[in-house]
Amino acid sequence: MSVQFPTLRGKAWLLGDNISTDLLSPGPYVHAPNQERLRHVLEAVRPDFAPQVQSGDLVVAGRNFGCGSSRESAPQHLKDLGVAAVVAESFSRIFARNAIAIGLPVLTCAGVRQRVRDAEEIAVDVVSGAVVLSDGTALAAERIPSEMLTVLSNGGIVPMLRAIAQGHAPAAE
Amino acid sequence: MTWAEQILAAKSGRDRVQPGEYVVARLDGFMMHDIFAADVLGLLDEVGIARLHDPERVTVVFDHMVPPPSVAAAAHQRKARELAIRYGIRHFHEMGRGVSHQVMVEEQRVQEGDLVVATDSHTTTYGGVGAISTGIGSTEMAYALATGTLWFKVPESVLIRLEGGFAEGTSGKDLILALMQIVGSDVAQARSLEFRGPGAASLTISNRLTVCNMGVEMGAKFAVFPPGAQEPQEASYVARYTVDLATLQPMVAIPHHVENVRPVAEAAGTRIDQVFIGSCTNGRLQDLRDAASLLAGRRVAPGVRLIVVPASREIYRQAASEGILEALSAAGAIVEGPGCGPCFGGHMGLLAPGERCLGTHNRNFQGRMGSPDAEIYLASPLTAAATAIAGEIADPRVLLRELAAKEVSR
Repeated sequence: MSVQFPTLRGKAWLLGDNISTDLLSPGPYVHAPNQERLRHVLEAVRPDFAPQVQSGDLVVAGRNFGCGSSRESAPQHLKDLGVAAVVAESFSRIFARNAIAIGLPVLTCAGVRQRVRDAEEIAVDVVSGAVVLSDGTALAAERIPSEMLTVLSNGGIVPMLRAIAQGHAPAAE
Repeated sequence: MTWAEQILAAKSGRDRVQPGEYVVARLDGFMMHDIFAADVLGLLDEVGIARLHDPERVTVVFDHMVPPPSVAAAAHQRKARELAIRYGIRHFHEMGRGVSHQVMVEEQRVQEGDLVVATDSHTTTYGGVGAISTGIGSTEMAYALATGTLWFKVPESVLIRLEGGFAEGTSGKDLILALMQIVGSDVAQARSLEFRGPGAASLTISNRLTVCNMGVEMGAKFAVFPPGAQEPQEASYVARYTVDLATLQPMVAIPHHVENVRPVAEAAGTRIDQVFIGSCTNGRLQDLRDAASLLAGRRVAPGVRLIVVPASREIYRQAASEGILEALSAAGAIVEGPGCGPCFGGHMGLLAPGERCLGTHNRNFQGRMGSPDAEIYLASPLTAAATAIAGEIADPRVLLRELAAKEVSR
């Protein structure tokens, strides 16, 4: 199966280990309007992130990114702020599933946090897993399984749900 | 096969499954709470899916923002209530019934051998009754409710053999906190933690629920006490650990991560502003009994707020009939109605900058309970009670020994 996905190029926001869902989507604002919630994304560790992140920017982080809650707002807030993909040394499994479900690419890349500088312009090939640094060096992220790539290239699960609603996709059993 | 492999094979209609394979599995149960039920059902409504695959298997529990602290929360809950009725969800539990995970167990909405998903990371809790269960997000839940199925990557399993029995002053919370360090997320991430051995067989259901609840804090997909203390001979585990329960001591997780665990004795003397006893981790009857065993006849230290939230209405009523709530209130506690309380940082005890809270809950990430400049410590109900009395982090064994000495001299 061949899945098309454009190469992502953007500025890297470098974050540490254990970036939790409480940092990405703080509980006190759970029912606040989305614009207000977006203002608080990562405010405790990168207060410059929410005001300055640009559409197409990339997040690069250390171990256990997205640990904590099942709240889908964690990846959704990053997507709403324009983040094109997250590359981290490892992900919490719920965050990774949620990210794919909403169409935000997440790539696991050993040692990436030590290799990328904050604000460096990098490129990410979601299909091959290549993470290309500004000096041309390519790091190899784990390849995303083809089933997940299909979900990503469709923009997440919602289009699949619309197809089910219209009787185009087999509901199980 | 391991327990997780056995269940995933059965639910995906196969004789065998291997770790790393992707399977589409039939789900036995689905749970949503008040934060996400409206999002999930609203999404189904928006895309035009009018019927759930099997509404009988769906449970909704209002436990997080209860009673609603804002107009926005009240409106969100009204929407969820209306949609639950429209989608024919009969197993709907209004605010006051308790924390969803405790309610699922009390109402027997989850059984040994089941595969269950819920819109909450602490869904791993049901491993305490032999189910494999895990948290998912809103969009995946919408898909699961529409089709009755979900894809899973068959996880590798980690065997944790428990031996012996708990020493004085320790419980399931001290075990799971110790495991945060012994195993940790580098080993447990996306894997199934399988608890076996004579120590596992002797653990109470309450302690099993506590242990499985926090399995997710090291990233585990499932955490489960299967029936039978002995692992199947042909089962393959990616890592094996043996823990002698008798060697455990009271443990505490210090800010700002659950894996920053050390013996309570090493953090003793740290000044505390607030103590919270409750949550899906440690708001059960035995937890309240443990707290009352130290707090009855004593007072919370001046300057300390003690917030107690029983995990369910049944626990609340039993604790009331045993005089536990009276004893805790007399000691100076605020006893709140059943629910999640301040655990997730929505209301009922948020922290100011610079404040410190020690709680029996499950997560101490920066910003979890209010100000990002506050600090959260996690420990057992006995340690929480001893800390509330002392006004600083305290090893409960000191008070327990005093109590025991009084018993002898009487």
